[in-house]
Amino acid sequence: MEENFEPRLVGFMCRWCTYQAADLAGTSRMKYPSNLIPIKVLCSSRVDPLWVLIAFMRGADGVLVAGCHPGDCHYQEGNYHTRRRFVLVKNVFDSLGLESERLRLSWISASEGRKFVEVTSEFIKNIKEKGPNPAKKAIFL
Amino acid sequence: MSKTLYIDENVNDGIKKFLRCILENGKVKGVLTLINEGEKIAYSLISNPELIKYTVPLYPIMPLNAARSLSHITLSEPISEPIAVVIKPCEIRAFIELVKRSQGSVENIFFISFTCGGVYPIKMNVNGKINEKIDNFWRLIEKNEIDADLRASCKVCKEFIPYNTDMTIFLAGNKEINNQCRIFLNTDRAEDFAESTDGNIVQDKINTELIDELKVKRLEERKKLFEDKKIEKLGLEGLIDIFGRCISCHACGNACPICYCSLCYFDSQESEYKPVDYESELEKRGAIRVPPNTVTYQVGRLIHVGISCVGCGCCEDVCPSEIQLSTIFIKGSESIQEKFNYIPGKNPEELIPISTFDIKEFPEVET
Repeated sequence: MEENFEPRLVGFMCRWCTYQAADLAGTSRMKYPSNLIPIKVLCSSRVDPLWVLIAFMRGADGVLVAGCHPGDCHYQEGNYHTRRRFVLVKNVFDSLGLESERLRLSWISASEGRKFVEVTSEFIKNIKEKGPNPAKKAIFL
Repeated sequence: MSKTLYIDENVNDGIKKFLRCILENGKVKGVLTLINEGEKIAYSLISNPELIKYTVPLYPIMPLNAARSLSHITLSEPISEPIAVVIKPCEIRAFIELVKRSQGSVENIFFISFTCGGVYPIKMNVNGKINEKIDNFWRLIEKNEIDADLRASCKVCKEFIPYNTDMTIFLAGNKEINNQCRIFLNTDRAEDFAESTDGNIVQDKINTELIDELKVKRLEERKKLFEDKKIEKLGLEGLIDIFGRCISCHACGNACPICYCSLCYFDSQESEYKPVDYESELEKRGAIRVPPNTVTYQVGRLIHVGISCVGCGCCEDVCPSEIQLSTIFIKGSESIQEKFNYIPGKNPEELIPISTFDIKEFPEVET
Protein backbone atom coordinates (compact mmCIF):
# COMPACT_ATOMS: atom_id res chain seq x y z
CA MET A 1 0.00 0.00 0.00
CA GLU A 2 1.16 3.48 -0.85
CA GLU A 3 2.21 5.81 1.94
CA ASN A 4 -0.41 8.41 2.83
CA PHE A 5 -2.88 7.04 0.31
CA GLU A 6 -5.83 9.38 0.07
CA PRO A 7 -8.55 7.73 -1.99
CA ARG A 8 -10.59 9.67 -4.53
CA LEU A 9 -14.18 8.56 -4.82
CA VAL A 10 -16.94 9.49 -7.17
CA GLY A 11 -20.46 9.77 -5.80
CA PHE A 12 -23.52 9.86 -8.03
CA MET A 13 -26.09 11.40 -5.76
CA CYS A 14 -29.79 11.89 -6.23
CA ARG A 15 -30.82 15.52 -6.18
CA TRP A 16 -33.90 14.83 -4.06
CA CYS A 17 -32.36 12.95 -1.19
CA THR A 18 -28.69 12.11 -0.86
CA TYR A 19 -27.53 15.44 -2.23
CA GLN A 20 -29.84 17.16 0.26
CA ALA A 21 -28.50 14.92 3.00
CA ALA A 22 -24.97 16.05 2.14
CA ASP A 23 -26.19 19.63 2.38
CA LEU A 24 -27.84 18.93 5.70
CA ALA A 25 -24.64 17.38 7.02
CA GLY A 26 -22.85 20.57 6.02
CA THR A 27 -25.35 22.97 7.55
CA SER A 28 -25.44 20.86 10.72
CA ARG A 29 -21.65 21.21 10.86
CA MET A 30 -20.99 17.51 10.81
CA LYS A 31 -17.52 16.61 9.57
CA TYR A 32 -16.79 14.06 6.90
CA PRO A 33 -13.73 13.29 4.77
CA SER A 34 -13.51 15.33 1.59
CA ASN A 35 -12.38 12.43 -0.61
CA LEU A 36 -15.79 12.03 -2.25
CA ILE A 37 -16.43 14.01 -5.42
CA PRO A 38 -20.19 14.50 -5.59
CA ILE A 39 -22.03 14.46 -8.91
CA LYS A 40 -25.61 15.62 -8.75
CA VAL A 41 -28.11 13.57 -10.78
CA LEU A 42 -31.85 14.09 -11.02
CA CYS A 43 -32.50 10.52 -9.98
CA SER A 44 -30.23 7.62 -9.10
CA SER A 45 -31.76 5.81 -12.07
CA ARG A 46 -30.27 8.46 -14.33
CA VAL A 47 -26.92 6.80 -13.73
CA ASP A 48 -26.05 4.71 -16.76
CA PRO A 49 -24.19 1.60 -15.58
CA LEU A 50 -21.54 2.67 -18.06
CA TRP A 51 -20.77 5.76 -15.97
CA VAL A 52 -19.94 3.59 -12.99
CA LEU A 53 -17.60 1.55 -15.16
CA ILE A 54 -15.99 4.62 -16.73
CA ALA A 55 -15.41 6.19 -13.31
CA PHE A 56 -13.80 2.95 -12.18
CA MET A 57 -11.65 2.56 -15.29
CA ARG A 58 -10.47 6.13 -15.18
CA GLY A 59 -9.14 5.56 -11.72
CA ALA A 60 -11.80 6.31 -9.13
CA ASP A 61 -10.88 4.32 -6.03
CA GLY A 62 -14.53 3.85 -5.26
CA VAL A 63 -17.87 4.65 -6.84
CA LEU A 64 -20.92 5.43 -4.76
CA VAL A 65 -24.42 5.47 -6.19
CA ALA A 66 -26.87 6.88 -3.70
CA GLY A 67 -30.59 7.53 -3.88
CA CYS A 68 -33.86 7.53 -2.00
CA HIS A 69 -35.08 4.59 0.05
CA PRO A 70 -37.20 2.11 -1.93
CA GLY A 71 -40.72 3.46 -2.15
CA ASP A 72 -39.61 7.07 -1.59
CA CYS A 73 -38.45 7.87 -5.12
CA HIS A 74 -39.45 11.34 -6.28
CA TYR A 75 -40.37 9.73 -9.61
CA GLN A 76 -42.18 6.80 -7.95
CA GLU A 77 -39.99 3.90 -9.10
CA GLY A 78 -36.65 5.19 -10.33
CA ASN A 79 -34.61 3.67 -7.54
CA TYR A 80 -36.03 0.18 -8.16
CA HIS A 81 -34.44 0.38 -11.59
CA THR A 82 -31.22 1.65 -10.05
CA ARG A 83 -31.16 -1.38 -7.81
CA ARG A 84 -31.49 -3.82 -10.71
CA ARG A 85 -28.83 -2.05 -12.73
CA PHE A 86 -26.50 -2.05 -9.76
CA VAL A 87 -27.01 -5.80 -9.33
CA LEU A 88 -26.15 -6.17 -13.00
CA VAL A 89 -22.94 -4.14 -12.82
CA LYS A 90 -21.81 -5.87 -9.67
CA ASN A 91 -22.46 -9.22 -11.29
CA VAL A 92 -20.41 -8.35 -14.34
CA PHE A 93 -17.57 -7.12 -12.12
CA ASP A 94 -17.65 -10.35 -10.12
CA SER A 95 -17.78 -12.59 -13.16
CA LEU A 96 -14.68 -10.91 -14.61
CA GLY A 97 -12.76 -10.81 -11.35
CA LEU A 98 -12.87 -7.02 -11.05
CA GLU A 99 -13.04 -5.53 -7.58
CA SER A 100 -16.75 -5.07 -7.01
CA GLU A 101 -16.09 -3.96 -3.42
CA ARG A 102 -15.16 -0.60 -4.90
CA LEU A 103 -18.77 -0.09 -5.91
CA ARG A 104 -21.44 0.78 -3.39
CA LEU A 105 -25.14 1.46 -3.48
CA SER A 106 -26.73 3.28 -0.54
CA TRP A 107 -30.15 4.65 0.26
CA ILE A 108 -29.84 7.97 2.10
CA SER A 109 -32.89 10.20 2.51
CA ALA A 110 -32.81 14.00 2.66
CA SER A 111 -33.14 13.97 6.43
CA GLU A 112 -30.31 11.50 7.01
CA GLY A 113 -27.33 13.86 7.17
CA ARG A 114 -25.88 11.63 9.87
CA LYS A 115 -26.20 8.53 7.71
CA PHE A 116 -24.50 10.31 4.82
CA VAL A 117 -21.51 11.04 7.01
CA GLU A 118 -21.41 7.47 8.28
CA VAL A 119 -21.71 5.88 4.85
CA THR A 120 -19.04 8.03 3.21
CA SER A 121 -16.64 7.74 6.14
CA GLU A 122 -17.02 3.99 6.26
CA PHE A 123 -16.68 3.61 2.50
CA ILE A 124 -13.55 5.75 2.46
CA LYS A 125 -12.11 3.76 5.36
CA ASN A 126 -12.73 0.48 3.53
CA ILE A 127 -11.14 1.79 0.37
CA LYS A 128 -8.14 3.05 2.31
CA GLU A 129 -7.59 -0.46 3.60
CA LYS A 130 -7.98 -1.85 0.10
CA GLY A 131 -5.45 0.49 -1.44
CA PRO A 132 -5.51 2.42 -4.70
CA ASN A 133 -7.43 1.28 -7.75
CA PRO A 134 -5.00 -0.57 -10.05
CA ALA A 135 -6.82 0.93 -13.06
CA LYS A 136 -5.19 4.24 -12.19
CA LYS A 137 -1.80 3.07 -13.38
CA ALA A 138 -2.81 0.89 -16.31
CA ILE A 139 -1.73 2.08 -19.73
CA PHE A 140 -3.59 -0.33 -21.99
CA LEU A 141 -7.09 0.42 -20.88
CA MET B 1 -46.97 -36.65 -29.52
CA SER B 2 -47.29 -33.96 -32.09
CA LYS B 3 -47.96 -33.80 -35.77
CA THR B 4 -44.91 -34.26 -37.92
CA LEU B 5 -44.34 -33.76 -41.63
CA TYR B 6 -42.33 -36.48 -43.37
CA ILE B 7 -40.78 -35.66 -46.72
CA ASP B 8 -39.03 -38.53 -48.52
CA GLU B 9 -35.86 -36.68 -49.45
CA ASN B 10 -32.68 -35.89 -47.57
CA VAL B 11 -33.12 -33.02 -45.11
CA ASN B 12 -31.54 -30.38 -47.32
CA ASP B 13 -33.65 -31.21 -50.39
CA GLY B 14 -36.71 -31.87 -48.25
CA ILE B 15 -36.79 -28.42 -46.69
CA LYS B 16 -36.07 -26.81 -50.06
CA LYS B 17 -38.95 -28.73 -51.58
CA PHE B 18 -41.21 -27.58 -48.78
CA LEU B 19 -40.12 -23.94 -49.18
CA ARG B 20 -40.72 -24.11 -52.91
CA CYS B 21 -44.15 -25.62 -52.34
CA ILE B 22 -45.38 -22.94 -49.94
CA LEU B 23 -43.98 -20.23 -52.16
CA GLU B 24 -45.71 -21.69 -55.21
CA ASN B 25 -49.09 -22.23 -53.61
CA GLY B 26 -49.04 -18.72 -52.18
CA LYS B 27 -48.98 -19.57 -48.46
CA VAL B 28 -46.04 -17.20 -48.18
CA LYS B 29 -44.87 -14.39 -50.42
CA GLY B 30 -41.21 -14.72 -49.61
CA VAL B 31 -38.58 -16.85 -47.97
CA LEU B 32 -35.61 -15.58 -46.01
CA THR B 33 -32.74 -18.01 -45.87
CA LEU B 34 -29.11 -18.51 -46.86
CA ILE B 35 -28.04 -18.40 -50.48
CA ASN B 36 -24.65 -19.83 -51.27
CA GLU B 37 -22.56 -19.29 -54.36
CA GLY B 38 -19.05 -20.39 -53.63
CA GLU B 39 -17.57 -18.00 -51.12
CA LYS B 40 -20.51 -15.65 -51.45
CA ILE B 41 -22.97 -16.55 -48.76
CA ALA B 42 -25.65 -14.36 -47.28
CA TYR B 43 -29.18 -14.25 -45.94
CA SER B 44 -31.46 -13.35 -48.82
CA LEU B 45 -35.14 -12.71 -49.28
CA ILE B 46 -36.54 -14.78 -52.16
CA SER B 47 -39.88 -14.41 -53.89
CA ASN B 48 -39.30 -16.44 -57.05
CA PRO B 49 -39.82 -20.19 -56.42
CA GLU B 50 -37.34 -21.00 -59.20
CA LEU B 51 -34.54 -19.47 -57.15
CA ILE B 52 -35.11 -21.75 -54.15
CA LYS B 53 -32.67 -24.18 -55.76
CA TYR B 54 -29.82 -21.81 -54.90
CA THR B 55 -30.65 -21.78 -51.20
CA VAL B 56 -28.81 -23.69 -48.50
CA PRO B 57 -31.15 -23.35 -45.50
CA LEU B 58 -29.20 -25.69 -43.22
CA TYR B 59 -25.68 -24.71 -44.21
CA PRO B 60 -23.48 -24.49 -41.09
CA ILE B 61 -22.41 -20.87 -41.52
CA MET B 62 -23.75 -17.70 -39.94
CA PRO B 63 -22.55 -14.80 -42.13
CA LEU B 64 -24.32 -12.48 -39.77
CA ASN B 65 -26.92 -13.11 -37.12
CA ALA B 66 -30.22 -13.27 -39.01
CA ALA B 67 -31.87 -11.30 -36.22
CA ARG B 68 -30.15 -8.31 -37.76
CA SER B 69 -31.58 -9.14 -41.20
CA LEU B 70 -35.07 -9.53 -39.79
CA SER B 71 -34.74 -6.29 -37.88
CA HIS B 72 -33.70 -4.53 -41.09
CA ILE B 73 -36.86 -5.77 -42.79
CA THR B 74 -39.31 -5.07 -39.98
CA LEU B 75 -37.88 -2.02 -38.20
CA SER B 76 -40.07 0.65 -39.77
CA GLU B 77 -43.25 -1.44 -39.94
CA PRO B 78 -44.33 -5.09 -39.77
CA ILE B 79 -44.27 -7.10 -42.98
CA SER B 80 -47.64 -6.91 -44.74
CA GLU B 81 -47.48 -10.32 -46.42
CA PRO B 82 -46.39 -13.58 -44.77
CA ILE B 83 -42.81 -14.72 -45.23
CA ALA B 84 -41.08 -17.89 -44.06
CA VAL B 85 -37.65 -17.73 -42.49
CA VAL B 86 -35.29 -20.64 -41.93
CA ILE B 87 -32.83 -19.58 -39.27
CA LYS B 88 -30.90 -20.97 -36.34
CA PRO B 89 -32.35 -21.14 -32.81
CA CYS B 90 -30.06 -18.41 -31.43
CA GLU B 91 -31.02 -16.13 -34.29
CA ILE B 92 -34.70 -16.43 -33.40
CA ARG B 93 -33.89 -15.78 -29.75
CA ALA B 94 -31.88 -12.70 -30.66
CA PHE B 95 -34.70 -11.45 -32.85
CA ILE B 96 -37.22 -11.86 -30.02
CA GLU B 97 -34.90 -9.79 -27.83
CA LEU B 98 -34.76 -7.11 -30.53
CA VAL B 99 -38.55 -7.13 -30.82
CA LYS B 100 -38.73 -6.57 -27.06
CA ARG B 101 -36.61 -3.47 -27.69
CA SER B 102 -38.97 -2.26 -30.45
CA GLN B 103 -36.45 -3.06 -33.17
CA GLY B 104 -38.69 -5.30 -35.24
CA SER B 105 -41.92 -7.23 -35.36
CA VAL B 106 -42.76 -10.93 -35.55
CA GLU B 107 -46.03 -10.26 -37.36
CA ASN B 108 -46.45 -12.31 -40.55
CA ILE B 109 -43.19 -14.15 -40.03
CA PHE B 110 -43.36 -17.94 -40.21
CA PHE B 111 -40.43 -19.30 -38.24
CA ILE B 112 -38.72 -22.52 -39.27
CA SER B 113 -35.75 -23.69 -37.26
CA PHE B 114 -33.94 -26.88 -36.37
CA THR B 115 -32.19 -28.70 -33.58
CA CYS B 116 -28.93 -26.97 -34.32
CA GLY B 117 -25.59 -28.71 -34.67
CA GLY B 118 -23.68 -25.42 -34.66
CA VAL B 119 -21.87 -23.45 -37.35
CA TYR B 120 -18.29 -22.99 -38.49
CA PRO B 121 -16.44 -19.68 -38.14
CA ILE B 122 -16.94 -17.48 -41.22
CA LYS B 123 -13.20 -17.59 -41.82
CA MET B 124 -13.73 -21.23 -42.85
CA ASN B 125 -15.70 -19.97 -45.81
CA VAL B 126 -12.50 -18.83 -47.49
CA ASN B 127 -10.63 -20.90 -50.09
CA GLY B 128 -13.29 -23.59 -50.04
CA LYS B 129 -12.17 -24.94 -46.66
CA ILE B 130 -15.71 -25.49 -45.58
CA ASN B 131 -16.42 -27.72 -48.57
CA GLU B 132 -13.86 -30.20 -47.25
CA LYS B 133 -15.63 -30.14 -43.90
CA ILE B 134 -19.23 -30.31 -44.91
CA ASP B 135 -19.56 -34.10 -45.34
CA ASN B 136 -17.95 -34.65 -41.99
CA PHE B 137 -20.34 -32.10 -40.48
CA TRP B 138 -23.36 -34.13 -41.55
CA ARG B 139 -21.75 -37.36 -40.38
CA LEU B 140 -21.22 -35.85 -36.94
CA ILE B 141 -24.81 -34.60 -36.88
CA GLU B 142 -25.94 -38.19 -37.40
CA LYS B 143 -23.65 -39.38 -34.65
CA ASN B 144 -24.80 -36.53 -32.37
CA GLU B 145 -21.26 -35.41 -31.79
CA ILE B 146 -19.52 -32.03 -31.60
CA ASP B 147 -17.02 -31.06 -34.30
CA ALA B 148 -13.87 -29.54 -32.83
CA ASP B 149 -13.72 -26.94 -35.60
CA LEU B 150 -17.11 -25.39 -34.83
CA ARG B 151 -17.41 -21.89 -33.43
CA ALA B 152 -16.30 -21.89 -29.80
CA SER B 153 -19.71 -20.59 -28.80
CA CYS B 154 -21.52 -23.36 -30.70
CA LYS B 155 -19.50 -26.08 -29.03
CA VAL B 156 -20.74 -24.93 -25.63
CA CYS B 157 -24.27 -23.90 -26.63
CA LYS B 158 -26.99 -25.43 -24.47
CA GLU B 159 -29.97 -23.71 -26.14
CA PHE B 160 -29.87 -25.56 -29.46
CA ILE B 161 -33.57 -26.46 -29.35
CA PRO B 162 -35.49 -23.57 -30.90
CA TYR B 163 -38.13 -21.65 -28.96
CA ASN B 164 -41.09 -19.87 -30.58
CA THR B 165 -40.91 -21.67 -33.90
CA ASP B 166 -43.74 -22.82 -36.11
CA MET B 167 -41.70 -25.72 -37.40
CA THR B 168 -38.71 -27.58 -36.04
CA ILE B 169 -36.57 -29.69 -38.35
CA PHE B 170 -35.12 -32.73 -36.65
CA LEU B 171 -31.33 -32.66 -37.14
CA ALA B 172 -29.17 -33.39 -34.10
CA GLY B 173 -28.75 -37.14 -33.76
CA ASN B 174 -31.06 -37.92 -36.68
CA LYS B 175 -29.76 -41.10 -38.32
CA GLU B 176 -32.05 -40.73 -41.32
CA ILE B 177 -31.01 -37.28 -42.55
CA ASN B 178 -29.96 -38.73 -45.91
CA ASN B 179 -33.28 -40.42 -46.57
CA GLN B 180 -35.94 -38.46 -44.84
CA CYS B 181 -36.75 -34.91 -43.74
CA ARG B 182 -38.75 -34.83 -40.51
CA ILE B 183 -40.35 -31.56 -39.53
CA PHE B 184 -42.29 -31.10 -36.28
CA LEU B 185 -45.36 -28.88 -36.61
CA ASN B 186 -45.68 -26.72 -33.51
CA THR B 187 -48.56 -24.42 -34.48
CA ASP B 188 -51.89 -24.53 -36.34
CA ARG B 189 -50.36 -22.35 -39.00
CA ALA B 190 -47.62 -24.93 -39.52
CA GLU B 191 -50.20 -27.73 -39.86
CA ASP B 192 -52.07 -25.68 -42.41
CA PHE B 193 -48.90 -25.10 -44.40
CA ALA B 194 -47.90 -28.75 -44.17
CA GLU B 195 -51.28 -29.94 -45.42
CA SER B 196 -50.86 -27.81 -48.52
CA THR B 197 -47.70 -29.69 -49.50
CA ASP B 198 -47.36 -33.31 -50.61
CA GLY B 199 -45.48 -34.75 -47.63
CA ASN B 200 -47.02 -37.24 -45.18
CA ILE B 201 -48.30 -35.99 -41.87
CA VAL B 202 -47.93 -38.50 -39.05
CA GLN B 203 -47.88 -38.50 -35.28
CA ASP B 204 -44.37 -38.50 -33.92
CA LYS B 205 -42.48 -37.04 -31.04
CA ILE B 206 -39.10 -35.46 -30.66
CA ASN B 207 -36.54 -37.89 -29.31
CA THR B 208 -35.65 -36.29 -26.01
CA GLU B 209 -32.94 -38.86 -25.32
CA LEU B 210 -30.93 -37.62 -28.29
CA ILE B 211 -31.41 -34.04 -27.20
CA ASP B 212 -30.31 -34.83 -23.65
CA GLU B 213 -27.33 -36.77 -24.95
CA LEU B 214 -26.10 -33.78 -26.95
CA LYS B 215 -26.88 -31.41 -24.12
CA VAL B 216 -24.71 -33.42 -21.76
CA LYS B 217 -21.83 -33.28 -24.26
CA ARG B 218 -22.23 -29.55 -24.75
CA LEU B 219 -22.40 -28.92 -21.01
CA GLU B 220 -19.20 -30.91 -20.55
CA GLU B 221 -17.50 -28.75 -23.17
CA ARG B 222 -18.84 -25.68 -21.43
CA LYS B 223 -17.49 -26.74 -18.07
CA LYS B 224 -14.13 -27.54 -19.65
CA LEU B 225 -13.99 -24.16 -21.38
CA PHE B 226 -14.80 -22.21 -18.24
CA GLU B 227 -12.31 -24.22 -16.18
CA ASP B 228 -9.72 -23.62 -18.87
CA LYS B 229 -10.15 -19.90 -19.22
CA LYS B 230 -10.93 -19.02 -15.58
CA ILE B 231 -12.80 -15.88 -16.58
CA GLU B 232 -13.81 -15.07 -13.02
CA LYS B 233 -10.13 -14.93 -12.01
CA LEU B 234 -9.08 -12.56 -14.81
CA GLY B 235 -9.26 -9.30 -12.91
CA LEU B 236 -8.11 -6.07 -14.44
CA GLU B 237 -4.71 -7.45 -15.36
CA GLY B 238 -6.16 -10.45 -17.17
CA LEU B 239 -8.64 -8.29 -19.05
CA ILE B 240 -5.87 -5.96 -20.17
CA ASP B 241 -3.88 -8.99 -21.37
CA ILE B 242 -6.81 -10.19 -23.46
CA PHE B 243 -8.06 -6.87 -24.79
CA GLY B 244 -4.62 -5.31 -25.17
CA ARG B 245 -4.61 -6.37 -28.80
CA CYS B 246 -8.05 -4.92 -29.53
CA ILE B 247 -7.78 -2.40 -32.35
CA SER B 248 -11.01 -0.58 -31.40
CA CYS B 249 -12.68 -1.32 -34.73
CA HIS B 250 -15.95 -2.08 -32.89
CA ALA B 251 -16.73 -4.83 -35.37
CA CYS B 252 -17.92 -7.01 -32.47
CA GLY B 253 -20.58 -4.46 -31.63
CA ASN B 254 -21.59 -4.10 -35.25
CA ALA B 255 -21.95 -7.85 -35.65
CA CYS B 256 -23.75 -8.32 -32.34
CA PRO B 257 -27.48 -8.84 -32.84
CA ILE B 258 -28.34 -7.23 -29.51
CA CYS B 259 -26.13 -4.13 -29.89
CA TYR B 260 -28.67 -2.11 -31.83
CA CYS B 261 -28.11 1.56 -30.86
CA SER B 262 -27.74 3.54 -34.06
CA LEU B 263 -25.19 5.74 -32.32
CA CYS B 264 -23.13 3.85 -29.80
CA TYR B 265 -21.74 5.87 -26.90
CA PHE B 266 -18.29 4.61 -27.83
CA ASP B 267 -18.61 5.92 -31.39
CA SER B 268 -19.93 9.28 -30.24
CA GLN B 269 -18.11 12.54 -29.65
CA GLU B 270 -18.97 12.23 -25.99
CA SER B 271 -16.57 9.35 -25.54
CA GLU B 272 -13.69 11.09 -27.34
CA TYR B 273 -10.95 12.27 -25.02
CA LYS B 274 -10.27 15.98 -25.25
CA PRO B 275 -6.72 17.30 -24.83
CA VAL B 276 -7.50 18.11 -21.23
CA ASP B 277 -8.56 14.49 -20.65
CA TYR B 278 -5.30 13.22 -22.10
CA GLU B 279 -3.44 15.62 -19.85
CA SER B 280 -5.19 14.42 -16.72
CA GLU B 281 -4.81 10.76 -17.72
CA LEU B 282 -1.10 11.25 -18.40
CA GLU B 283 -0.65 12.87 -15.05
CA LYS B 284 -1.99 9.71 -13.41
CA ARG B 285 -0.49 7.04 -15.66
CA GLY B 286 2.54 8.52 -17.38
CA ALA B 287 1.44 6.86 -20.63
CA ILE B 288 -1.83 5.98 -22.30
CA ARG B 289 -2.79 4.07 -25.41
CA VAL B 290 -4.47 6.08 -28.15
CA PRO B 291 -7.35 5.74 -28.72
CA PRO B 292 -8.02 4.59 -25.16
CA ASN B 293 -11.00 2.67 -23.73
CA THR B 294 -10.59 -0.83 -25.12
CA VAL B 295 -11.28 -2.66 -21.86
CA THR B 296 -13.95 -0.10 -20.99
CA TYR B 297 -15.62 -0.70 -24.34
CA GLN B 298 -15.68 -4.46 -23.95
CA VAL B 299 -16.82 -4.54 -20.33
CA GLY B 300 -19.26 -1.72 -21.06
CA ARG B 301 -20.70 -3.70 -23.92
CA LEU B 302 -21.06 -6.72 -21.67
CA ILE B 303 -22.95 -4.58 -19.15
CA HIS B 304 -25.25 -3.25 -21.87
CA VAL B 305 -26.02 -6.45 -23.81
CA GLY B 306 -25.20 -9.17 -21.27
CA ILE B 307 -28.78 -9.62 -20.11
CA SER B 308 -29.87 -10.50 -23.65
CA CYS B 309 -26.72 -12.14 -25.02
CA VAL B 310 -27.75 -15.34 -26.84
CA GLY B 311 -24.17 -16.56 -27.18
CA CYS B 312 -24.20 -16.76 -30.97
CA GLY B 313 -20.48 -15.99 -31.20
CA CYS B 314 -20.70 -13.47 -34.04
CA CYS B 315 -18.53 -11.04 -32.03
CA GLU B 316 -15.65 -13.50 -31.88
CA ASP B 317 -16.13 -14.49 -35.49
CA VAL B 318 -15.55 -10.99 -36.84
CA CYS B 319 -12.70 -10.00 -34.53
CA PRO B 320 -9.64 -9.25 -36.69
CA SER B 321 -7.39 -9.66 -33.65
CA GLU B 322 -8.91 -13.06 -32.88
CA ILE B 323 -9.79 -12.16 -29.32
CA GLN B 324 -11.79 -14.93 -27.65
CA LEU B 325 -14.73 -12.69 -26.98
CA SER B 326 -17.51 -15.23 -26.90
CA THR B 327 -16.05 -17.08 -23.91
CA ILE B 328 -16.05 -13.88 -21.88
CA PHE B 329 -19.49 -12.86 -23.07
CA ILE B 330 -21.00 -16.29 -22.50
CA LYS B 331 -19.59 -16.49 -18.99
CA GLY B 332 -20.50 -12.90 -18.09
CA SER B 333 -23.99 -13.05 -19.51
CA GLU B 334 -24.65 -16.46 -17.97
CA SER B 335 -24.07 -15.07 -14.51
CA ILE B 336 -26.36 -12.08 -15.13
CA GLN B 337 -29.07 -14.19 -16.71
CA GLU B 338 -28.96 -16.68 -13.83
CA LYS B 339 -29.23 -13.83 -11.34
CA PHE B 340 -32.41 -12.56 -13.00
CA ASN B 341 -33.59 -16.07 -13.89
CA TYR B 342 -33.98 -15.06 -17.51
CA ILE B 343 -33.37 -16.94 -20.76
CA PRO B 344 -33.19 -14.40 -23.56
CA GLY B 345 -35.64 -15.00 -26.37
CA LYS B 346 -37.48 -17.85 -24.64
CA ASN B 347 -40.71 -16.12 -23.77
CA PRO B 348 -41.76 -13.16 -25.96
CA GLU B 349 -44.22 -12.00 -23.27
CA GLU B 350 -41.60 -11.73 -20.55
CA LEU B 351 -40.11 -8.25 -20.08
CA ILE B 352 -36.36 -7.69 -20.22
CA PRO B 353 -35.22 -7.72 -16.57
CA ILE B 354 -33.75 -4.22 -16.78
CA SER B 355 -37.06 -2.73 -17.85
CA THR B 356 -38.99 -4.09 -14.92
CA PHE B 357 -38.53 -4.79 -11.18
CA ASP B 358 -39.99 -6.36 -8.10
CA ILE B 359 -40.55 -4.11 -5.13
CA LYS B 360 -39.07 -6.59 -2.68
CA GLU B 361 -35.86 -7.97 -4.18
CA PHE B 362 -32.09 -7.82 -3.79
CA PRO B 363 -32.14 -6.13 -0.35
CA GLU B 364 -28.55 -7.30 0.07
CA VAL B 365 -27.05 -4.96 -2.56
CA GLU B 366 -27.71 -1.83 -0.56
CA THR B 367 -25.10 -1.25 2.12
